[in-house]
Amino acid sequence: MRRTTFPNKVLPYLLLAPQIAITLVFFFWPAGQALWQSLYREDPWGLSSAFVGLDNFTRVLTDPNYLHSLQVTAAFSAATAVLALAAGLLFAVMVDGLSRGKRIYQTLLIWPYAVAPAVAGMLWLFLFSPAMGTFGILLRRAGVAWDPLLDGTQAFLLVTVAAAWKQVSYNFIFFLAGLQAIPKSLHEAAAIDGASPLRRFWTVAFPLLSPVSFYLLVVNIVYAFFDTFGVIHAVTGGGPAKATETLVYKVFNDGYVGLDLGASSAQSVILMAIVIALTAVQFRYVEKKVHYA
Amino acid sequence: MATIDMRNVRKSYEQHEVIHGVDVRIADGEFIVIVGPSGCGKSTLLRMVAGLEEVTAGEIAIDDRVVNDIEPAHRDIAMVFQNYALYPHMSVFDNMAYGLKIRGTPKDEIRRRVDEAAAMLELGHLLERRPRQLSGGQRQRVAMGRALVRAPKVFLFDEPLSNLDAKLRVQMRLEIQKLHRRLATTSLFVTHDQVEAMTLAQRMIVMNAGRVEQVGTPHEVYQRPATTFVASFIGSPPMNLVEGTLEADGLRFRCTSGDHIDLPQARHDLVGRALVLGIRPEHLLPADDGLVLTVQLVESLGAESFIHTRLGEAGPELIVRAGGLAALRFGELVSYRLPADALHWFDATSGLRIDA
Repeated sequence: MRRTTFPNKVLPYLLLAPQIAITLVFFFWPAGQALWQSLYREDPWGLSSAFVGLDNFTRVLTDPNYLHSLQVTAAFSAATAVLALAAGLLFAVMVDGLSRGKRIYQTLLIWPYAVAPAVAGMLWLFLFSPAMGTFGILLRRAGVAWDPLLDGTQAFLLVTVAAAWKQVSYNFIFFLAGLQAIPKSLHEAAAIDGASPLRRFWTVAFPLLSPVSFYLLVVNIVYAFFDTFGVIHAVTGGGPAKATETLVYKVFNDGYVGLDLGASSAQSVILMAIVIALTAVQFRYVEKKVHYA
Repeated sequence: MATIDMRNVRKSYEQHEVIHGVDVRIADGEFIVIVGPSGCGKSTLLRMVAGLEEVTAGEIAIDDRVVNDIEPAHRDIAMVFQNYALYPHMSVFDNMAYGLKIRGTPKDEIRRRVDEAAAMLELGHLLERRPRQLSGGQRQRVAMGRALVRAPKVFLFDEPLSNLDAKLRVQMRLEIQKLHRRLATTSLFVTHDQVEAMTLAQRMIVMNAGRVEQVGTPHEVYQRPATTFVASFIGSPPMNLVEGTLEADGLRFRCTSGDHIDLPQARHDLVGRALVLGIRPEHLLPADDGLVLTVQLVESLGAESFIHTRLGEAGPELIVRAGGLAALRFGELVSYRLPADALHWFDATSGLRIDA
């Protein structure tokens, strides 16, 4: 490995400073604040606060609502990540196989990524609104008692699909790049070896995509945990009856709406810990199955 | 074991035809080299035999069975690619076993055949490695091994040696020859390197711009090139080619530059035609009263030297091959004679060889 060294002693720090400043201000500071606040309880008017130790954590972890939210999050994240990855891969494979119009599909499939989460949520809410949404009306005409604002399962499905839809573009473009990086001659060699297109995909292309798939798995899970707030806020607001209240939504709800800053901070500290742990687990175990070419 | 027949094989991409009708019959067990400059269509032809490119018109038959519409998997061929195309995520063993596994060969049979091929290619100690842990030469062997284990009817090689360094290339060339002697499987080998073509081929197909220029043994192709293209493509340095016409006596060849070359033997039959006179660099022999040439440049390789000369002030350039190190300087005058039996005649308009 080649090492590059700067002759100037100050310049490297100056060059790094903006990035470090941003990380400090927008990540470490709020994270530290959350950690600090999670040990205090504030009165409803925000005039005084008292040190309570780990009391906020015990309260949160013994709260049945919190445990319910944990389950919702697990199901929601898994479903969103699987759906977004599978759809992204499917589209990438289909576009990769095209000989004409590749660019058009490529461009169109990237667009959803440019839509803000809350807007994406509104879009799906309108489409599936039982009273005026195109699909909502179609579903009701087909005899489905469709009302995501009353039915928890339907609400869950709707936010999952909306959240996954937003992420499909991102996965698509990475999978497509991954597929295009596989030399054509490998497919040809496998074809001559007698493998059917499906078999070629599962035994040659898919294993070679594993670094991309692994990266996307990590990114998608983090996305499902944190970045889906906007979608949930726009579509269901965590309801009905907390059926779509994920951890990050509950942090917002308890802290910003309920003004229970201590409990909310404790929750965000736990949430951080969960995501860090999940990512560590993925790197530790899943990465072993990855083939870096 | 199989024959390969190509009958008026054509290939077009949309309106643009790149292969203009190839007719070749390859006998069972033959080692055929397709050689030509890049872009001449040699790889495309090979890929059509493999089934990786569609045949636009004409027929390709392997063992008298027309394969135009048969998938590569069912043509009973194996191919060695230029970039090897090894599966990077599989061990050497799995790379070689992949085709057999897909065809449902029993496990112990796979083991036996892979071990056999590995022993033949001296890969036995590398079976557990991944391709990226191998050197270029080893990867090349694995690619060959993958083709071998399947014991196909036909081997196809697509410039398999061009990614190796010069020394390894010579070594692999010899190994391919040995393998072919041992297995006697019909082989089609594509290369742009005329040395590979000359050394490996039992017969070679010289291609240019989508057309077959000549089919023949290396000796035939070298000694009796069918066209000016073949004459200039095969041989290094290439054959000297001079355009001009014969004067009425049939003895004096008048170059288009105005200079003349006196022939050792009259060719009355060629008088009045636009001609190309060809002579190989090694056939120009030193003589006291021969053709006087001016030295332009000398390339000394040790065992031999190539003397680049010019006839007259602005006449044609001729390359002379001389043994050993030639101590000649720019501008020096040298004299060579042209043996009658070493002269090649071509028609200047068609480029075709004129036989006596």
